[in-house]
Amino acid sequence: MADFIDVYLIPFLWILGGVLAIVVPLLLAVAYVIYFDRKIWAAIHLRRGPNVVGPWGLLQSFADGLKLLLKETVVPSGANKGVFFIAPMLMFIVAAVAWAVIPFDEGLVLADLNVGVLYLFAISSLGVYGIIMSGWASNSRYAFLGALRSAAQMVSYEVSIGFVIVTVLLCVGSLNLSDVVMAQESAWFFIPLFPVFVIFFISALAETNRPPFDLPEAEAELVAGYQVEYSSLTFALFWLGEYASVLLMCAMTTTLFFGGWLSPFDNFVFNWIPGMDAFNEFVPGVIWFLLKTFFFFFIFSWVKASVPRYRYDQLMRLGWKVFLPVSLAAVIIVAGFLVGFDMLPNAA
Amino acid sequence: MILHALTFYLFAAIAVAAGFMVISSRNPVHSVLYLILAFFTSAALFVLMAAEFLAMIMLIVYIGAVAVLFLFVVMMLDINFVELRKGFLQYLPIGALIGVILAIELIFIVGTWTFGGDTTLVAATAQPMVIEGGNTEAIGRVLYTDYVYAFQAAGIILLVAMIGAIVLTHRSRPGVKKQNITEQVHRSPTEAVELRDIPPGQGI
Repeated sequence: MADFIDVYLIPFLWILGGVLAIVVPLLLAVAYVIYFDRKIWAAIHLRRGPNVVGPWGLLQSFADGLKLLLKETVVPSGANKGVFFIAPMLMFIVAAVAWAVIPFDEGLVLADLNVGVLYLFAISSLGVYGIIMSGWASNSRYAFLGALRSAAQMVSYEVSIGFVIVTVLLCVGSLNLSDVVMAQESAWFFIPLFPVFVIFFISALAETNRPPFDLPEAEAELVAGYQVEYSSLTFALFWLGEYASVLLMCAMTTTLFFGGWLSPFDNFVFNWIPGMDAFNEFVPGVIWFLLKTFFFFFIFSWVKASVPRYRYDQLMRLGWKVFLPVSLAAVIIVAGFLVGFDMLPNAA
Repeated sequence: MILHALTFYLFAAIAVAAGFMVISSRNPVHSVLYLILAFFTSAALFVLMAAEFLAMIMLIVYIGAVAVLFLFVVMMLDINFVELRKGFLQYLPIGALIGVILAIELIFIVGTWTFGGDTTLVAATAQPMVIEGGNTEAIGRVLYTDYVYAFQAAGIILLVAMIGAIVLTHRSRPGVKKQNITEQVHRSPTEAVELRDIPPGQGI
């Protein structure tokens, strides 16, 4: 019995605690990030944004959540019920489970997988299923068109994201996300790999269906695309899943290109300032990680507010005819550079 | 170890059940969804065997790419199920024959199966190998040294298949309007826009 407690129960409770410690703040972060998004958007439009519920409108997301909770769930008569309800759940689950491998600080990671990058890539490629299934199960033309667009779009941009990740991995020599961050101690990867970073960021916008690539839910032509038939909590799950995956993409950008939990002041530009070492010691890495992630979220909403929607054929052209060849060339150039100058990490 | 075994049987049972549902469900889209479930559980089985690289590749390639396109196509098919099932029974004899032959072969193989020597020894050696640097590195080492020619040949075959698919399906239809992005971007207002001063009430 003692054996059972030591071998199974205690590790299980540790993992459960870790999961809760990630998911609860994630949900809170999503609630406030939606508010943040609306405020930024409003500021760019010279509006006020949500400012009625709570001080400065801070409780707006909770009011919206409560409203959705109390609404009636409408199921279209021709809908495929099982798939119709699984789709939003899948969308949210996929966005949440990917956080398991994100390193928030040195050693502060739920699952320190040695294929962490691949796991992240695999999970983000599953996000498309929620959308396709919802579009098909709703038995509606608009929803189906949205789902088809989304499937083609996400599959196309995944290819260039994959190649971008390969270039980063070439410079790291490991698939572990903590190793990816530690490899950036001397220089964050966005400096040597800037063009690749730009491709990654734009592909991340397309992968999360954010404007200017929000064609799956283009309200001007498709009403709301794959979410047309959803109401109440099922709609809320789509909403939460979408923002959780946007945050995930921001965290991924931070980890792959902006040094994860590393302090931005811990380099030769700032190290001569007296007391800088103590400051870097004092501020925990998780603060830097979150600040960087929210900074990228700010850029996401900035883009959303200021760029018009792409036309579908241009979207496909950008993905296949521009990003794919450029990222493929980047892989070859980076690999050639590393081999030619004998800079390969942990070369045997 | 008991937990390991229980997890294995759980995932194996789900995989087999999903595989059965692929062929027995009435709706082809449900079939594809069950196929995806089968892929997913087999990825989980790879993880149990400590082959995490293969598991992730399974997720990325099969679920993330192949099955998405598969689902994409199947959803757009317009199948009449009543018509599809009409001639169903006429294939029963030949199907049954193949089934019986396969069953006999399986019985022969399983019936003559003998465990070499001490079975506990076999079970002990079947544990996952612990490789220096993880199995990602191990696969990379083998693939790019011992099997580099086979690997390159597989790549070339895939490339040829891709070109073949494009050549076979690509038709250039006359009279279709196409957008040329460079042409569009390089248009100047002088040749595209004309300003006219129109007196009121006359039109052009």
